[in-house]
Amino acid sequence: MMDDLRELYQEVILDHGKNPRNFRHPDDANREAKGENPMCGDRFMVYLTLKDGVVDDVAFQGRGCAISTASASMMTELVRGKSAAEAEKLFHAFHELCTQDEPDIPEGVDDETMEKLMVMSGVRQFPVRVKCATLAWHAMNAALHGEAAASSDQF
Amino acid sequence: MSDAILNQAYDVQRVREDFPILARSVHARKGKPGKPLVYLDSGASAQKPRQVIQAMTRFLEEDYSNIHRGVHFLSQTATDQFEAVRTKVARFLNAPSDRCIVFTRSSTEAINLVAASYGRTFLNEGDEVILSIMEHHANIVPWQLLQAEKNIVIKVVPCDEDGVLDMDAYKDLLSDRTKLVAITHCSNVLGTVTPAKAIARLAHERGVPVLFDGSQAVVHGTVDVQDIDADFYVFTSHKLYGPTGLGVLYGKYDLLKKMPPYQGGGDMIESVSFEGTTFKAPPSRFEAGTPPITEVIGLGAAIDYVEALGRDAIAAHEHDLLQYATQQLSQIDGLRIVGTAPGKGPIISFALEGVHPHDVGTIVDQYGVAVRVGRHCAEPLAERFDVGPTVRASFGLYNTREEADALVQSLQAVKEFFGA
Ligand SMILES: Cc1ncc(COP(=O)(O)O)c(C=O)c1O
Repeated sequence: MMDDLRELYQEVILDHGKNPRNFRHPDDANREAKGENPMCGDRFMVYLTLKDGVVDDVAFQGRGCAISTASASMMTELVRGKSAAEAEKLFHAFHELCTQDEPDIPEGVDDETMEKLMVMSGVRQFPVRVKCATLAWHAMNAALHGEAAASSDQF
Repeated sequence: MSDAILNQAYDVQRVREDFPILARSVHARKGKPGKPLVYLDSGASAQKPRQVIQAMTRFLEEDYSNIHRGVHFLSQTATDQFEAVRTKVARFLNAPSDRCIVFTRSSTEAINLVAASYGRTFLNEGDEVILSIMEHHANIVPWQLLQAEKNIVIKVVPCDEDGVLDMDAYKDLLSDRTKLVAITHCSNVLGTVTPAKAIARLAHERGVPVLFDGSQAVVHGTVDVQDIDADFYVFTSHKLYGPTGLGVLYGKYDLLKKMPPYQGGGDMIESVSFEGTTFKAPPSRFEAGTPPITEVIGLGAAIDYVEALGRDAIAAHEHDLLQYATQQLSQIDGLRIVGTAPGKGPIISFALEGVHPHDVGTIVDQYGVAVRVGRHCAEPLAERFDVGPTVRASFGLYNTREEADALVQSLQAVKEFFGA
C-alpha cells in the first residue's frame, strides 16, 4: 500500500512539485488557457508562445497540489520545442497513461519522452487524483486550440 | 465536573459496536490486510447505527406502503409511523407543533424552498438578505438565484480571525431594507457556533424573520427553536446518523401559512380542477409527491438513537475529542488550525505548511484515515482566511481519542514524505 504512495509521489514528482520549472508568465506568450479543478480549487494558467507552428516557449502559474504542480512543470519541459501537432499527441499519450490500464499510445512518441511521461502513471491507482495529473495538460491542449479554459468538470 | 461524570458514563466502545461499518478496514488487497477505518468525515455525512438500518429494513419488510392515500391496512400503518416521526422531529427541535415540520429532500432543498416560496413572495427589488461569510453554498446560492430573479441585495456578515461572527457588523448591516436573515447555526468549516438567540432578537427588533442552517448544529448539541425564536430552521438527516435523501424545514406556522407552494403535485392539494386548484395547509402544502417514507422512518430511529445516548453526553464526549485533537494537532510544526472560536463544534480544519491538502488527504487515506479536503462548499470562507483548500477532520459520537492519535501519526508520515 505504501508502495503505491511511493509510486505516486516519486522523487522526481516531489522535486517538480516543490520547485516547479517554467513557473512564470512569458512576455511574448500568444496563447493562454486556464485550467481549473472546482472540487479542490486547483487553478493554473498555462502560457504558450507559438511561433511558426512550434511551441517556442511554455510556462505556467497558479496554485495546486504536488501532483498537479509537478505534472504542469514536467509538461512544460516535455512540450517545449515540439510542433503543435506533436504537443497534442503528447497530451493524448499522457491522458492514456493516466487513465487506461492498457494505454493506447499514439505512434511517434520517442522512448525517452515516454519514460518521462510514465513517471506520472502511478496516479492510475488513485482515480480521484487523475484530474490533478491531467489538469495542466488539458489547459495546454485548450491553449493550443485557442480556447480560454479547461475545467476538470469536463474531463 | 459534570463533563467528567458524563464522560465516564459514555462508553464509546459500546457505541462503536452499533455501527457495523466502523469494524471494516480499507485498502486491503491481495492477501494483505488493510488498515482499520478511522472515519473523521462525519461532517460530510455520518455513519449509520444498526438501529437505523434495522428500523428501515423492518419497515420495508413489514409495514411499507404509500402514505396518506389508502384506506387499506398497510397504508394506515405506514401513515401512522410516518406522522409519528414528524411529531418526534418537532419534539427534537422543541417546535410548538408538528404542523411546523416540513419534510424535504435535504437542508439544501429546505433552504431553496424558503428562498423560492417565502423569498419570491415577500422580497422585492432592493430588499436585503443578510448572510454570513461562513455559509455553506447551500445557504448562498439559493439567495443568489433569487437575486438574479428579483434584484434583491445580499449582505454578508464577516467574522474575525478566530472565526467568531462579527455581531457589531451584523447590527450595522440590519436596516429598514433588511427583509430576511439567513445564517448558519454552526459552520461546517470552522466549527463556530453562532449566537442564534442574539441574531434572532436583533432581527426581530426590526420585524425581520431569521432562517438558521442547523445542518451541523443539531448534530452536536441540543437545539430549541422556540428558545432561539427561529422563524425557519433547517437540518439534514444524513449528518444526524440518519439516511440520505431527507431534510427538515421547521417554520413558524404563521409564516408557513402565508407561503405559496414550492412544488406542485399530489398530496399537497385539497382539490384539483382545471378551473382552479386549492392547496392543503402546511406542512402538506410543501410536501408534493410521495415523500421518502422509509427514510423518514430511519430518521425517527436516528433521533431515538441520539436521544437514548443523551445529547448532552454526546456533546461532552465530542467536546473532549475536540480539545484532545486540537491539543495534539497543535504540536505538529507548520500546522495551522483555521477556526478557533470559543465553544466551537468538533470540527477541525487545518493547513499543513508546504503540503497541499489534496496530497495530505491521499496519504492519510493510505493509513485508513478518512478526512475531507478541499474548500468544503464554502469558497468565500476559504478566501477570507486566505488558506485556499484545507483538510477537515470532523468528529462524531463514535470517534475516539485513539482515532485522533491515528490522524496525528498519519500527518507525521505526510511530513516525512514531503520533508515538510
Ligand atoms: C452547514 C451546512 N449546510 C448545508 C449543508 C447541505 O446539506 P445537504 O447536502 O444534505 O443538503 C451542509 C452539508 O453539506 C452543511 O454542512
